[in-house]
Amino acid sequence: MPREGSPFQGLGTVAVKELSDNLSSVRMLVLEVLIVLTALAALYGVIDSLRQNTAEDPFLLLRLFTVSRAPLPSFVAILGFLIPLMAIGLGFDAVNGEHIRRTLSRILAQPIYRDALLMGKFLAGLATLAISLAALWLMVIGLGLIFLGVPPGGEEIARSLAFLVIAVFYAAVWLALAMLFSIVFRSAATAALVALGVWLFLTILWPMLAPALAQVISPPDPRYAMLGLDTPDTAIWGQELARLSPNDLFGEAMLAVLSPTTRSLGPVFLDQLRGAVMGAPLPLGESLVIAWPQTVALIAGTIVLFVASYVMFQRQEVRA
Amino acid sequence: MSGAIDETGTTDGEFVIAARNLTKRYGMVNVVDGINFDIVKGEVFGLLGPNGAGKTTTILMMLGLTDISSGKVDVLGYDPARSPLQVKRRVGYLPDSVGFYEHMTAAENLSYTAKLMGLSRVERARRIVAALARVRLLEVADKRVATFSRGMRQRLGLAEIIVKQAEIAILDEPTSGLDPQATQEFLGLIGELRSEGVTVLLSSHLLDQVQRVCSRVALFQAGRIVLMGAVADLARQVLGAGYVVEVEADGAALARRLATVPGVSKVETLGEDRFRMTADRDVRPDAARAVVAANGSLRRLSVDEPSLEAIYARYFHMQTQPSRGTLHAA
Repeated sequence: MPREGSPFQGLGTVAVKELSDNLSSVRMLVLEVLIVLTALAALYGVIDSLRQNTAEDPFLLLRLFTVSRAPLPSFVAILGFLIPLMAIGLGFDAVNGEHIRRTLSRILAQPIYRDALLMGKFLAGLATLAISLAALWLMVIGLGLIFLGVPPGGEEIARSLAFLVIAVFYAAVWLALAMLFSIVFRSAATAALVALGVWLFLTILWPMLAPALAQVISPPDPRYAMLGLDTPDTAIWGQELARLSPNDLFGEAMLAVLSPTTRSLGPVFLDQLRGAVMGAPLPLGESLVIAWPQTVALIAGTIVLFVASYVMFQRQEVRA
Repeated sequence: MSGAIDETGTTDGEFVIAARNLTKRYGMVNVVDGINFDIVKGEVFGLLGPNGAGKTTTILMMLGLTDISSGKVDVLGYDPARSPLQVKRRVGYLPDSVGFYEHMTAAENLSYTAKLMGLSRVERARRIVAALARVRLLEVADKRVATFSRGMRQRLGLAEIIVKQAEIAILDEPTSGLDPQATQEFLGLIGELRSEGVTVLLSSHLLDQVQRVCSRVALFQAGRIVLMGAVADLARQVLGAGYVVEVEADGAALARRLATVPGVSKVETLGEDRFRMTADRDVRPDAARAVVAANGSLRRLSVDEPSLEAIYARYFHMQTQPSRGTLHAA
């Protein structure tokens, strides 16, 4: 049925209001402090170890993101773990919060469509995450300049910017998931709990379950096992299953973008490597091509989840 | 009284809302079951009935906030299912137990919705100050809503409708949970809106309040409108006669004289000098004249206006002998 007027009417107003709410909320402050402190700890260890062996590494700045020193994981791994937490923290009460505060019907009685409310909240959440991530990114670059004393090259900046963009898409998936739950569940506590459950499952349990499932689907060939090799089919299944988790996609994309020597993200046969100069960095364009499918998958996941939220929100009754 | 409405509650003015066979189904249940009504510009129309009778659902359908299962409703010439923005630009809505953003001030809350209405910055500031002054919240404009009482929140909700300069104000249970003074104050504000020509739709289960402000009422029961019209007409229809006048006076053969007053259907003698007259209109002036004509001294003259409460109770009593359809006054 055709509707009169633009679905985006009021979008800007909603987004600006939600953004200012997000940025001034205590919840956001706590999450930011948590992430900054963890990231600082990781970076401190990295900087320490990098100073001791300043080899002639052309991508010194990128090492800040990827090198880990026990007991802490790398900066990127920490982000892969904490970005979902931040996104869930922003989104879990987006819609049911309006129900609980009984503001929903009052706002929807203004001349706007529901589209504007949902989209505005999503964009505001995404902008909040982008601002936080950009601040973190600047912090890493700044610390690199101060403690390593090596000015970053153009390609390093470009690669780290690619990191920033992919991290925002990664955050978008989780934000969309949290908002979907905020529509499905009328209680904010339930929505938060379910979202956190999914997050823990996908980041901790799924990486362990995926190889096991792969072995069930495609049992390893004993002939490969005798040679101490992985069965190609099993390995591929394992990887494909693991990729169902956004966490895995983010990790792979980061590997391609931040470690320029990465040539492939899947299993490779030896004959495919014929003629390759091992250890030589790929040009930026090639690395981006390798990370592209993962990035697209993250964007697609966001869109699918957002569309699901949209459909559910349109059909939902306004009354509490 | 608005000029558009005449004695009998029928109308010669323009309809601002017209519902035809409006129906809302959830599964197999008709929550709103084929209702028809017309609302005239400038009147205060009451939607009455117990909770769950379909009042709020009817309101949400008028605003385009819930789908219409069948039938249609026309609001200010627009179909809310097709042109919800046009409707919502002109209609103000105060939901049942309205909520505000607690961390924002009263002025900020209004400013947010005013932006959603698409008002310019200058216009917003001007209208918000004026509206807050109208509902007597100007001195707390910069206080956070978290500190507001329920009465203040309801008034803030009304301020939002004033900011919108709505042609129709739809108020859902606006006085439930308010203390008597806050209720009085709120009903006063509704009266002010009405005197400015705003059409007011008021849903309530508190009958005496509705009676005080409404020019016409519709009585909902299980998704249908079972009674509709001006309170006095409903009284005549359901109770037989609408007015009960008590006279305390002495004079020769007063009871007989009072019985001759036109419109009086019955005179009961309550005591030596007390009489109760049942009439189809307010017969106090005629009763006074009759007492004076009998050379009596008039000590007290009081009238019980027909109460909705009585109509309501009698109607549902009559329902035990079932009769279908809507009773229309006049």
